[in-house]
Amino acid sequence: MADLKLIDVGKTYGGSIEVLKDINLDIKQGELIVFVGPSGCGKSTLLRMIAGLEKITGGELQIDGQVVNDVPPAQRGIAMVFQSYALYPHMTVRDNMSFALKLAKKTPAEIEAAVSNAAKILQLDEYLDRLPKALSGGQRQRVAIGRSIVRDPRVYLFDEPLSNLDAALRVATRIEIAQLKESMPESTMIYVTHDQVEAMTLATRIVVLANKGIAQVGTPLELYERPENEFVAQFIGSPAMNLLSGKITETGAITTVALDGGGSAKTAVSTQAADKGLQVNIGVRPEDLIETTGKDFVFEGTVKFTEALGEVTLLYFDKVGDNDSVIGKLPGIHMDLRGTSVRMKANPSKVQIFHDGQSLHYR
Amino acid sequence: MHPALQGIVTIFLGVGGCLAYFYFSNQFIDKVLFPAKGVNAGRNINRANIVRPWLFLAPALFALSLYLAYPVFATLWYSLTDRDKGNAFVGLANYYQMMDDPKFWEALKNNMLWLIIVPAASTAFGLLAAQLTDRIGWGSIAKSMIFMPMAISFVGAAVIFKLIYDTRPADANQIGALNAVWMQFNGGVGSFILLRALPAAFLAFLTVGSLWLATIMIKGFSSFTTILRSLFGVVLIGVAVSSIASIYGLFTATLPYGEPQTWLTMPFWNSILLMIVLIWIQTGFAMVILSAALRGIPEETVEAAIVDGANPFQVFFKIKMPQIAGTIVVVWTTITLTVLKVFDIVFAMTNGQWETQVLANYMFDKLFRGNDWGVGSAAAIVIMLLVTPILMWNVYNVRKEMRS
Repeated sequence: MADLKLIDVGKTYGGSIEVLKDINLDIKQGELIVFVGPSGCGKSTLLRMIAGLEKITGGELQIDGQVVNDVPPAQRGIAMVFQSYALYPHMTVRDNMSFALKLAKKTPAEIEAAVSNAAKILQLDEYLDRLPKALSGGQRQRVAIGRSIVRDPRVYLFDEPLSNLDAALRVATRIEIAQLKESMPESTMIYVTHDQVEAMTLATRIVVLANKGIAQVGTPLELYERPENEFVAQFIGSPAMNLLSGKITETGAITTVALDGGGSAKTAVSTQAADKGLQVNIGVRPEDLIETTGKDFVFEGTVKFTEALGEVTLLYFDKVGDNDSVIGKLPGIHMDLRGTSVRMKANPSKVQIFHDGQSLHYR
Repeated sequence: MHPALQGIVTIFLGVGGCLAYFYFSNQFIDKVLFPAKGVNAGRNINRANIVRPWLFLAPALFALSLYLAYPVFATLWYSLTDRDKGNAFVGLANYYQMMDDPKFWEALKNNMLWLIIVPAASTAFGLLAAQLTDRIGWGSIAKSMIFMPMAISFVGAAVIFKLIYDTRPADANQIGALNAVWMQFNGGVGSFILLRALPAAFLAFLTVGSLWLATIMIKGFSSFTTILRSLFGVVLIGVAVSSIASIYGLFTATLPYGEPQTWLTMPFWNSILLMIVLIWIQTGFAMVILSAALRGIPEETVEAAIVDGANPFQVFFKIKMPQIAGTIVVVWTTITLTVLKVFDIVFAMTNGQWETQVLANYMFDKLFRGNDWGVGSAAAIVIMLLVTPILMWNVYNVRKEMRS
């Protein structure tokens, strides 16, 4: 139950290998912040720096206004759930959950109350006297979460907590975590994942990490609807957003771009007269493409391959302009489109426009 | 032929013979006995695979039964007969005779002392070395140094330590390291601090520590372990009491400064000095096995404990130690087996004089010096009876470790 503030936080290994730099982030009490990013982007490192398991080599980390750079993990008021659960294999579920409280010299009555409360929340009552090896993956994960709850921490840290579970259990546990967050609206949580669905469904705000820094911070829908840059645009959403190059031909409240592939696109992002002729990429998500027979189309392309998923059909287009990985997503089943030439248009409000990788919307 | 040359020829013949046996017998089974062709190809392959393991095991089984199984029964038989009466059966007479021999009881008592001190000290030092060398830059060098005594034969180690414990007249140069150090003490302040105050402090620490552990042991009630724990608690109180007595002794004893000591003739302490040789050797073994076990501990459980607020000692004793408990037991029992059979060190250093006798040396003494086959064999059977339960427990634990 705390505010977190990261000021110019950086991490360098061995004095020369920089993995993170200038991370600035304000986390308010009660938020569930999700760190996402491609593997190796330093999201787990950042979480471990907040936990105190990795040294912060630059900048400042504040919890509730207090600088905690050199405070040992146990005194930061954080609790962490590890990817591998990290349960103590030689201790029963009860001992696993009460270990931290015993170290903190709490009375047996307090420990018992905290453990039974956590066990009730997580439905672990029956398993308190079992060893971790006698539990299923989902139950182990709940014990790991329970070990955090009993400590009543200021900040919860989750390091890819669902990645060791199978697909069905992952969905169930994801919903449990969402419900857990709802039952503790005051608690601050930071959650690291590489799974977009987890990020979109759980997060109050998502932090996209890339190239040693933050690519964008925002609510899930902000990131989906108004990505700040091409990286976020392509990272969030699956299949990734299509990027098509072109030049601005008309400016104003509605901008028109003549695309190198032949078509033209209108976007609701406003531009000034000086932008005319600017080399840009327009971005449009596969699910925002609409089949058309009219003259007003974004591009025309040959469908070289289709994938029918039942509710939608993915269309893989042959080269459009200089882009050979353009994908369309149409509702229903359209396998007959394979090998045909199809025109696609898009609603201007759904079209992004980027110059030098940055969205013109945020200019 | 030169003996070294003979040795090399023997090695080549032995190893070559083994290789030839495995190669040609395998060829025989595949090409002649059950060839994998013709109408019965499938059946022949199956049969060859059933026979092959026995073929490969045969030399080992033969050697083991000839050199291990047969001698056990032969020894048992010898221990019940008397050679002087024409190998007549004499029942347990040899055992009774052995029981009347005070040297046997001395050997048994010493063996028990070895049994307690050497495995405990080797495992403890090994664990300490494993934990510490994992955390420092030159750890691997330190590890090699600590492991090196493993490569020295027991007799070689005994000779090295005999030099360390060596005694020369007071006016001559002390070539023994222990006496060389001892001669530096003159009864001044330095001697007081190093020989009385420091050991006293250590004993006081031991007293407090064992009393503290004893209270935990006796206080904690957990159903069926209670008796065991209380027993252990009583032993700890005994340790505390004797430590206090030793502190008193430390300050009242008159120490013979300036006189070279013949260390190996001091009863009780000479046994300890012999044990140090084996501890020196076995610590390396314990360290290597325990170091591997420590590395097998998931790093995340340690990190979780740090986040939970554990200090380095708590991480070690409450998280790491319990996770390698199985390996500790295996190391402990393996060293125990070595200790029960200890012979070379005692034989080479004191030959069981000055109250340092142990069972294996007692057996050797009776069997090959006294030519008393009956009593010697009886001693061998006693050693086997002591080793067997520990061996079985050791095998059980090793198998359990390998399964998990």
